[in-house]
Amino acid sequence: MTDATVSSPAPTRARSFPKVNSRAVVMAIYLIFLLLPIYWLVNMSLKTNNEILGSFTLWPRDLTFANYVTILTDPAWYMGYVNTLIYVVMNTVISLSVALPAAYAFSRYHFMGDKHLFFWLLTNRMAPPAVFALPFFQLYSSVGLFDTHIAVALAHCLFNVPLAVWILEGFMRGVPKEIDETAYIDGYSFGGFFVKIFMPLISSGIGVAAFFCFMFSWVELLLSRTLTTVNAKPIAATMTRTVGAAGVDWGVLAAAGVLTIVPGALVIYFVRNYIAKGFALGRV
Amino acid sequence: MNKTVNHKAWFLVLPVLVLVAFSAVIPLMTVVNYSVQDTFGNNQFFWAGLEWFEEMLHDDRMWNALQRQLMFSGIILAIEVPLGIFVALNMPKSGLWASFCLVLMSLPLLIPWNVVGTIWQVFGRVDIGLLGHTLEALGIDYNYTQNTVAAWITIVVMDVWHWTSLVALLAYAGLKSIPDAYYQAAKIDQASRWKVFRYIELPKMAGVLMIAILLRFMDSFMIYTEPFVVTGGGPGNATTLLSIDLVKMALGQFDLGPAAAFSIMYFLVILLISWVFYTIMTNLDKKGM
Repeated sequence: MTDATVSSPAPTRARSFPKVNSRAVVMAIYLIFLLLPIYWLVNMSLKTNNEILGSFTLWPRDLTFANYVTILTDPAWYMGYVNTLIYVVMNTVISLSVALPAAYAFSRYHFMGDKHLFFWLLTNRMAPPAVFALPFFQLYSSVGLFDTHIAVALAHCLFNVPLAVWILEGFMRGVPKEIDETAYIDGYSFGGFFVKIFMPLISSGIGVAAFFCFMFSWVELLLSRTLTTVNAKPIAATMTRTVGAAGVDWGVLAAAGVLTIVPGALVIYFVRNYIAKGFALGRV
Repeated sequence: MNKTVNHKAWFLVLPVLVLVAFSAVIPLMTVVNYSVQDTFGNNQFFWAGLEWFEEMLHDDRMWNALQRQLMFSGIILAIEVPLGIFVALNMPKSGLWASFCLVLMSLPLLIPWNVVGTIWQVFGRVDIGLLGHTLEALGIDYNYTQNTVAAWITIVVMDVWHWTSLVALLAYAGLKSIPDAYYQAAKIDQASRWKVFRYIELPKMAGVLMIAILLRFMDSFMIYTEPFVVTGGGPGNATTLLSIDLVKMALGQFDLGPAAAFSIMYFLVILLISWVFYTIMTNLDKKGM
């Protein structure tokens, strides 16, 4: 490298003359492409409907928070967020509590049918929700769980439990088996070892699995909309309310959209280094 | 890690088994049940055998939806995979700027799917959307609710916007695992940029890229919410993909028999692809990926 600069300084200087870093340019263009539609939504949420429909402005001239106030003061709106949060948290707790022991079993032992079982779990992650929408509707109606939070939480287990098992298994494989053996020699019972020693060791894995369960339950709409009408209606379904007799209330729709992005944006920083691992089902 | 044989491990797996059986096997059996019966309402069912399957296999409707689906998945893979790799190669290696890029890139992945649809529905509108308005100002005829080509471009660009970051993040994770010594050796050999990519970076990324491609294939194959919000399957049936068609049939028209037969064939295709996915992945695992 130094050789090249010394022997041919002219082309180097010529190349560095515009002082443009091509990598930065590529990233900047890509990030602008990603952020522009989101910016537009935020922009709209801060405008009045008159401004949205009447004039085409790149930023809000007539800055207003009225759209957010509408959502945060009307129970029909904010209950949508509460409902979504309730079933998402329920789902995360259920998924993690059943997935933890199972992932441990898969990462530590060979047992009859383990490979087939592991594959079968994966197929559930790959099952199209559209296939399950109608049967779920009938199943939960027949057991009297229709339009309850637990129904949606259980339905989302369909894809979140396999996801949690796979992610946790990936993290658990990284913990040396000697730790388990030492703990048993020291007289720990399985339960004591698991809660007091093993879980702290894979705490980052548990955090990542929880994040992904939370996220996939949060972004899913088809099943949660099919299984609810009033009491457990998710925010995503409530957003169709903005289509009224007087046309679409664009400002409120945009504000509701922005508010659904917030939870993801808040926690993303903590899992940024594991996000690839999570999306790849713990296989990176 | 060498695992020990222990059949009692089944007890640890049991809760998962019970839960997933409840939320997967029972509904699936309901579907199978409907697919072989006919009904005239009032909960009276008659054995219909494989009639619905035959009907669906001879129905152009399913084949057309499948064709559109394969075209959609093909197009988005052809764009997202090269673009994702390209972005990953240009990402900063470490430091604050890298974290910043990671966080911003992940943002679209975490937006609820119907909001993704809403964002693009608004963004593409000629009257109030930035994209639609700009294209119109440039004199380009763009109306995704009436023009088939515009509708397709909109849902493809939307998917690229939504998921390219996933491919990029996985490729980036693969790139980071390459030791510096490889690059130094390449520099000593005076390998060109293309050769470094072809013989060092690409083989090292193969494992994660395989996962990325298959995940994108699966998820695009069952995509429903985003195109439904933007185009509702229109104009006409131009963007009616498999899931949209199925939901229309099952929940819209309540044609239980054909919809169930459709579901089962749809699921079998997914199952087949999942199996290929799993086989490739376990083979890569064995090779020490």
